[in-house]
Amino acid sequence: MQSTWQTFMQDRGDGITYVDWVLSAWGWTLSIAACAWVLALLIGSLVGTLRTVPSKPLQWLSNTWVELFRNVPLLIQVFLWYQVLPVVFPSLQKLDTFVLVVFALGFFTSARIAEQVRAGIQSLPRGQFMAGSAIGLTRAQTYRYVILPMAFRIVLPPLTSEAMNIIKNSSVAFAVGIGEMVLYAQQAGAELSAEVPAYLIVTVFYVISAFAVNRLMAFVESRVRVPGYVGGSK
Amino acid sequence: MNLDLSFYNWELISNFVQKGFLFSLQLTLVAMIGGILLGTVLAMMRLSSVKALQWVSAGYVNGLRSIPLLMVILWVFLLLPEGIGAERSALVTFTLFEAAYYSEIMRAGIQSIPRGQVYAGQAIGLSYGQNMRFVILPQAFRNMLPVLLTQTIILFQDTSLVYVIGAYDLFKGFETAGKTMGRPVEAYLAAAVVYFVICFALSQLVKRLQKKIAIVR
Repeated sequence: MQSTWQTFMQDRGDGITYVDWVLSAWGWTLSIAACAWVLALLIGSLVGTLRTVPSKPLQWLSNTWVELFRNVPLLIQVFLWYQVLPVVFPSLQKLDTFVLVVFALGFFTSARIAEQVRAGIQSLPRGQFMAGSAIGLTRAQTYRYVILPMAFRIVLPPLTSEAMNIIKNSSVAFAVGIGEMVLYAQQAGAELSAEVPAYLIVTVFYVISAFAVNRLMAFVESRVRVPGYVGGSK
Repeated sequence: MNLDLSFYNWELISNFVQKGFLFSLQLTLVAMIGGILLGTVLAMMRLSSVKALQWVSAGYVNGLRSIPLLMVILWVFLLLPEGIGAERSALVTFTLFEAAYYSEIMRAGIQSIPRGQVYAGQAIGLSYGQNMRFVILPQAFRNMLPVLLTQTIILFQDTSLVYVIGAYDLFKGFETAGKTMGRPVEAYLAAAVVYFVICFALSQLVKRLQKKIAIVR
């Protein structure tokens, strides 16, 4: 074990040790996940809300969005963003691979978040909408002040598992050569002929990340809960 | 944008894609059947009154669920003896990995059966095994069928991740076709369309099934 650690402390040849490298890989994993999470949350909330409004074209549009991004494997979506879309839209060629992967992962996850937001909104009693219009709120105001604040609290638990999923799913970025943790495990493992320790380190980092996100979301949940409602009695 | 439509010639690409499609199908079916069987055992362990069994099952399920499937694919490929091949390693990986997810579905299914059914089974003298076999599991399966099938669609999509160990599946088939004919853009696009059509059709079927089951119940 001693010698294995020394192997990982050794210089890679450019002043960076294998330990430094795994920390940078962890950073890539977390950055992809965090950026994609923000994007997915924004789009997912919008699309999920649109699925519940009484307008056929908007419903069709948002349903199509969800079906499109839910029924193509993430790995293939990454290749679509990286290989196909820059050919179709040349302006995308200027974008960094990191940005393309963030788009791929963010759009993919937005479909799943949209489903949960929709389910959250539909789980609210219809009386909430009626109460909103009864006190003279417009539909947009009803969503903003009545429906969404409640719906988001309801969907926090499934959003927690999505947040943990997005960290795991960021691993597909290896396919387009981003130096995240799966790519590290493969390359460092091969270079040092020490696959088992390399995989172990990466696995431990993934478990730590998942646990940290879980605790973070639990903290958010405890801060925003409404007493006497939606898990408020916990 | 100029796509070369001559790429979309079934005679040409079927040479590359057919073998991969059959493997993806095999992988999905093997992992579904194996995963549901193993997952049911894990769910029963989790719900048993023996603490040790509960821990083993919970550790297995939570452990596998907290690391990316890609890492699991790499681990199994590394730990299995060399020469077993990427394809067979993937069969093992997906069965073990999906069992963790199916077990959570089966656990919810078993828990959705009212306790009275268990007592009724005990009252007419069924053993634990008979009670599970004849009373609980058939109902749990039925209730959970749409969710199990939805998980299987996700499983089918995830089989594309065997890319990381170079196994020859449907996606690899398209990629190889694209590289051989110098038309990668057309190939990736075709792969996306094929996966979309299969998964979308299956998910519509599951939706209809769900409605049917809901009415009968």
